Amino acid sequence: MRWAVIQFPGSNCDQDIFHVLKNVLKQEVEYVWHKDSSLNGADAVVVPGGFSYGDYLRCGAIARFSPIMSAVKEAAAAGKTVLGICNGFQILCEAGLLPGVLVRNTSLHFRCETVPVRVEHPASQFTSEYMTGQVLRLPIAHGEGHYVADEATLDSLFQNGQVLFTYSDLQGRTTPESNPNGSQRYIAGITNRAGNVLGLMPHPERASEKILGSDDGLGLFTSILARHGVSLAQAA
Amino acid sequence: MIRAQVIVRPRASIFDPQGDAVGRAIQHLGVSKLKQAHVGKFIELELEGDDVEAVRGQLETICKDLLSNPVIEDYTLTINGKEDLTGLAASAAKLAKRSSKPKKEKA
Repeated sequence: MRWAVIQFPGSNCDQDIFHVLKNVLKQEVEYVWHKDSSLNGADAVVVPGGFSYGDYLRCGAIARFSPIMSAVKEAAAAGKTVLGICNGFQILCEAGLLPGVLVRNTSLHFRCETVPVRVEHPASQFTSEYMTGQVLRLPIAHGEGHYVADEATLDSLFQNGQVLFTYSDLQGRTTPESNPNGSQRYIAGITNRAGNVLGLMPHPERASEKILGSDDGLGLFTSILARHGVSLAQAA
Repeated sequence: MIRAQVIVRPRASIFDPQGDAVGRAIQHLGVSKLKQAHVGKFIELELEGDDVEAVRGQLETICKDLLSNPVIEDYTLTINGKEDLTGLAASAAKLAKRSSKPKKEKA
């Protein structure tokens, strides 16, 4: 399976995801510069975390005009796997590939810690290796992760099984204290209606090796591989 | 030269944590009558030429597609000192005016 990792000026999680895909999961992966116009036939594309364009104007607002985003939109429309992590999630929302938008954390604090994240919906190409209600320990590192959408959009996201991850406590309960950024309905990660584009604020790529404290995020990548017919044995 | 000024403000229905923090700081200054503070953005654009009508549509596109995100923000566009009330800017301006009307205080 071939992966593309997009690099914007200000991306800073590009090397983390590249490392996990190449060295942990033994995937074919290449960087794609934001001024390029082609994903070179990749089966999956990752829009990584960081501070593209210094978060000027709004997070992701300027990155969405980069030339490569046309190719990302085409890939999404063609049903290819698109994964936006942290700033990547913000970019996908600004680009209109995902509904809603991410705004300043309610606390105004930049939150950099490992938090419990509950799997809401395992029947997706990103979560098939998890179970409903499973609580993952994933790092977050953001100042603007507060998910906002209108009530009708929020209702439809849940009704259609597009909410894959929510913030919870370690027992899987959603409480105001378990919400690190004020996200509406505790939303941590959503897909588009078709289910092939995922955006999430937590960093699964920073939780993919036990030596780094948690490999709870690895299941997200092995789920994608399973959907593309790559077995773990082949990957490793 | 054409000079356009854009004010982007958070929608009334969206919690504005920056406005809230600024409001609390104002209260710490000893101003007790403050009801609310909102934090938005002011953007100034300068364009070549003098034909306002030739660029009005483009300015509206800039406001709608880049400078504001309609999910969370409204904008007002002023061109050469005159508020632009055509198209989308009109509805945004109406909304902004509605949300900025002072509410009657309860007796």
